[in-house]
Amino acid sequence: MAEFTLPKNSKVQKGKHFPAPAGASKVRTFKVYRWNPDDGQNPRVDTYDVDMASCGPMVLDALIKIKNEIDPTLTFRRSCREGICGSCAMNIDGTNTLACTRAVADCAAHEVPVYPLPSMSVVKDLVPDLTHFYAQYASIKPWIRTQSAPPPDAERLQSKEDRAKLDGLYECILCACCSTSCPSYWWNGDRYLGPAILLQAYRWIIDSRDEDTGARLDDLEDPFRLYRCHTILNCARTCPKGLNPAKAIAEIKKLMVLRQGA
Amino acid sequence: MSRLRTPLKTVRGLGSARSGTRHFIVQRITAVALVPLSCWFVWLALSLVHLDYAGARALIAQPLHAVLMVAFVGSVFWHAQLGLQVVIEDYVHTPGLEIASQLAVKFLCVLGALASILAVVRIALGS
Repeated sequence: MAEFTLPKNSKVQKGKHFPAPAGASKVRTFKVYRWNPDDGQNPRVDTYDVDMASCGPMVLDALIKIKNEIDPTLTFRRSCREGICGSCAMNIDGTNTLACTRAVADCAAHEVPVYPLPSMSVVKDLVPDLTHFYAQYASIKPWIRTQSAPPPDAERLQSKEDRAKLDGLYECILCACCSTSCPSYWWNGDRYLGPAILLQAYRWIIDSRDEDTGARLDDLEDPFRLYRCHTILNCARTCPKGLNPAKAIAEIKKLMVLRQGA
Repeated sequence: MSRLRTPLKTVRGLGSARSGTRHFIVQRITAVALVPLSCWFVWLALSLVHLDYAGARALIAQPLHAVLMVAFVGSVFWHAQLGLQVVIEDYVHTPGLEIASQLAVKFLCVLGALASILAVVRIALGS
C-alpha cells in the first residue's frame, strides 16, 4: 500500500539554531533539512539566521554563505549557479526549484524552508539519490535513432518548422523538479517514468530526423510507464525552466490514439 | 547495488505492456457519453419528484427514457470500473490485496449494471 506517514527513523526532529552575528542588519531565516547517514540520528531541521546585507540575492548564495561562514557540515549539490546544470534542485519555500534561480526576496515564508527533493532517498542533507531517475532517462535511449545513413558531406537537415517543434523541450535540464513534485511519481515512481523523462522521450518522438518513432511509442505504451499521468499538472507548475511536461505527455497520448486509427 | 543488478535492469523490468491506450480511449468515450446522459438523468430525477409510484413507472417505461436509462447505468458502471481500476493500481501494491480488490470492483460493477438494467427492463416491459 501507499505509505502516508513517515517511518520512525525518518521523522524530522528539531535541530540546532545558528543565530545571526551581532550587528546583522537584514536577517533572513532558513530552516534547512539535515540528515547524516553516518551518525544514526533522525533527520532534523536546523535554523540558520543569515545576514542578507552581506549575501547574494539567491537561495543558493545563502546556502553557500551558510556552508562557508556558519556551518561547513551542510551538504548540497551546486555547480553552474545560473540555472543550466540542474544540480541545486531542491524544495524551497514549498516548491521544487533551483536554489540558484530562486531569489530569497521571492520566498513567501519569512523562515524559508529548504528540503531535498520530495520522495527520493536522501544521500545526505539536501542531496537526493537520483540513480533511478537517471536509469529511467537511459531507458528511453535519449539519442537519435536512424536506419538511413547520414548524408556523407553534411549533417542531417531539419526544416525551421520542424526545429521549432523542439522548442519548449530541448531546454529541459533534467533537474528532476517536476518528477519529484508529481504524486503519481511518488506512489509509482518505480514503474512510472515521470514527467521529466516523458518530456525527454517526446523530444525524440517529435524530432523530424529520428526514424524510430514507432519503437519509441511501443516502449512507452504501458499502463505504468506512460498512463500513470493523471494530469495533476504539478510538473508544469513547478518547472524552474518554465516548461510544460504535462503538455508533452498529452501529445504522446494523442499519438498513441492516432496510431490506433481512432 | 546489494542486489547485484544495474539500475537500468530494474527500470526496464518486464518491458512495456504494449497496452493502456484502449483503456484510455474507452474511459474518455464513456466520459463523453455521460455528459448528455447525466444532464438527462438530472432532468428525469427532478421530474420523478412530483410523480406518484405509478406515474414514475409510466415515465421510465416510455421507450426513450428506458433506453437512455440503460445507456446511463451502462456508462456509469463501465466508467466507474475503469476509474476504480486506476485508483487501485495507483495506491494498492500489496500483492494479494491488489488482485482481490481489482476482482471485487469488476464483479460489483458488472453486477450493479446487470441489476440496474434488469430493473429498467422489468419496468419497461411491465412485469
